[in-house]
Amino acid sequence: MPNEPGASDALIQLRGVTKTFGEGATAFQALKGVDLDIARGDFVAVMGPSGSGKSTTMNILGCLDVPTSGQFRFKGHAVETLDRDQRALLRRRYLGFVFQGFNLLARTTALENVELPLVYRGEDKAKRHELGMAALDKVGLADWWDHTPAELSGGQQQRVAIARAIVTHPDVLLADEPTGNLDSARSIEIMELLTDLNRNSGITVLMVTHEPDMAAFARTIIHFKDGLVERIDQGSGDRAGAGATA
Amino acid sequence: MWATTLLLAIREIRRHLLRSFLTILGIVIGVWAVVTMVTLGNGATQAVKTQISSLGANVLQIRPGQGFGRGGGGPQPPDFKIEDLDAIREQIVGVTAVAPQVQSTGAAVYNAANWSTTINGTNREYFIAQPWTITEGRIFSEAEEQAGKAVCVIGNTVNSRLFRGVDAVGQRFRIKNISCEVIGTLAAKGQGGFGNDQDDVVIMPYKAVQRRMTGNRDVRAILVSVDEAYDSQKVQSALKELLRERRHLTAEAEDDFNIFDTKQISDTLSGTTQILTALLGAVAAVSLLVGGIGIMNIMLVSVTERTREIGIRLAIGAVGKEVLMQFLVEAVVLSSLGGLMGLVLALLSTLALAPVLKVPFIFDPQINLLAFFFSAAIGVVFGYFPAKRAASLNPIEALRHE
Repeated sequence: MPNEPGASDALIQLRGVTKTFGEGATAFQALKGVDLDIARGDFVAVMGPSGSGKSTTMNILGCLDVPTSGQFRFKGHAVETLDRDQRALLRRRYLGFVFQGFNLLARTTALENVELPLVYRGEDKAKRHELGMAALDKVGLADWWDHTPAELSGGQQQRVAIARAIVTHPDVLLADEPTGNLDSARSIEIMELLTDLNRNSGITVLMVTHEPDMAAFARTIIHFKDGLVERIDQGSGDRAGAGATA
Repeated sequence: MWATTLLLAIREIRRHLLRSFLTILGIVIGVWAVVTMVTLGNGATQAVKTQISSLGANVLQIRPGQGFGRGGGGPQPPDFKIEDLDAIREQIVGVTAVAPQVQSTGAAVYNAANWSTTINGTNREYFIAQPWTITEGRIFSEAEEQAGKAVCVIGNTVNSRLFRGVDAVGQRFRIKNISCEVIGTLAAKGQGGFGNDQDDVVIMPYKAVQRRMTGNRDVRAILVSVDEAYDSQKVQSALKELLRERRHLTAEAEDDFNIFDTKQISDTLSGTTQILTALLGAVAAVSLLVGGIGIMNIMLVSVTERTREIGIRLAIGAVGKEVLMQFLVEAVVLSSLGGLMGLVLALLSTLALAPVLKVPFIFDPQINLLAFFFSAAIGVVFGYFPAKRAASLNPIEALRHE
């Protein structure tokens, strides 16, 4: 295990987090007071029906959105107090994103897509190339570096997206239904890749999924319902690993 | 970061080559039009100035009648007398040369060659008042002038038409049935300010022309060269007064002669072409503005189209300023590119048009630089709003954008 287990080492800490969209009569409370600790090195699957608050939680955890009230500590930073640009810098340094729709830049080669986060880190061309190729190698696509998304299969595109997310060696990888657009064989490949990154690169993985089969790869499964954490299960991923506590 | 931003912008432009080209077409045409107009306008101003100065700098031409012609009906005002010239020389201060012009036209014949030309009878001071260059030979002497000898100084056109390569100086030819010896040849002056050929002329002592061609002692026009140090206006009014007196005009009578100031005409004409140039340039500048709006339009479309891309960049950790710069740089690169293309087109078309319009090609670095920086500035001004919009997108919504 690359990281120390235990709730006290929580990388992510949510306390009484609420999120309300809209105002007045049309206001909708998506989160109704979520408490959550996620330990460094965990592999967390977030499940729940639509409107249960899991996507809202993921957006907050990804520093893309801020809670209406409550506290969100990430690596000790009080994220709810940070402004837009400060949160962007936090994402740049510590977070990697993988989306259901891959979200690669069209007409741009795999390598250029992977290098994109490095551009914003101000890395020079040689360094970008080196790190980008290393990340592509990690997802098994080094030979495909000069292919554009249109020339790659769905599974390959998602692996490029994962390479883009890990190229900066982030602390946390946030994956929003990463297998939602893939067939089951490709899905398992992606899950194995995520598991490998979690175990061997020490990346904390947070994943939203609908499919229990995919959630089973995780160590911790958090179920959301009606804007609250309903229950937390142990996944089959690694029973000995750290868990999350509500 | 700057190099990368620039690279991103160029890559984005290359990805949409046709669209980028159409986007900047307005700027291209705008810069093209402005620079072409101004360059040709400057050439035209220069051409007017050179043509007028070939009439002689600071020269007053005095002719009978009003305006350019000799007037319509009624009795024709009389020509001048040679005594008028003497009076001017004696009584007007600030005059460096006074030359009569006794004009006639006639056929010049040399061997088999025959050429119809203008004969100008004048004095030695004529060559001070008018900027002629003697290529060979000499002008007539004081004695020849006084005696009214049949000696000629011939213009370049007459020289080439009549003598066709033969050394003209020393040759004799017939003009209006008198025999005349060529004593000098003149360098070509080119077309005059009114499209006339200034080189189609035979210059002789005025007495010879009066005696043997016009048959009277009239002087058609007087050329007065004014010393640069004196106010041309004052000299003009003194001349006017003197001539009115000599021509016995009553106080109520209008002038029956006119004074044509080449300097004044030169200033007026070049002033007019300058105003026209500025006006045409301003009209052309409107198309630059329209071009800028075109860029804004396409940049807004581009931002909408690339909402998802912006979402990705923001999620990955781009701060608002970086996205703003990306789109702003793209707009500036686009508009500068349009400016450059416009400059190249303007250079080519002015080079092609200048000889057709018979104006000199004058490369003006100032207007070229101005037009280029203006086009870049258009990119900044019209790119800012779309770029600002891109930078302030919500990453979550941008990522969800279809």
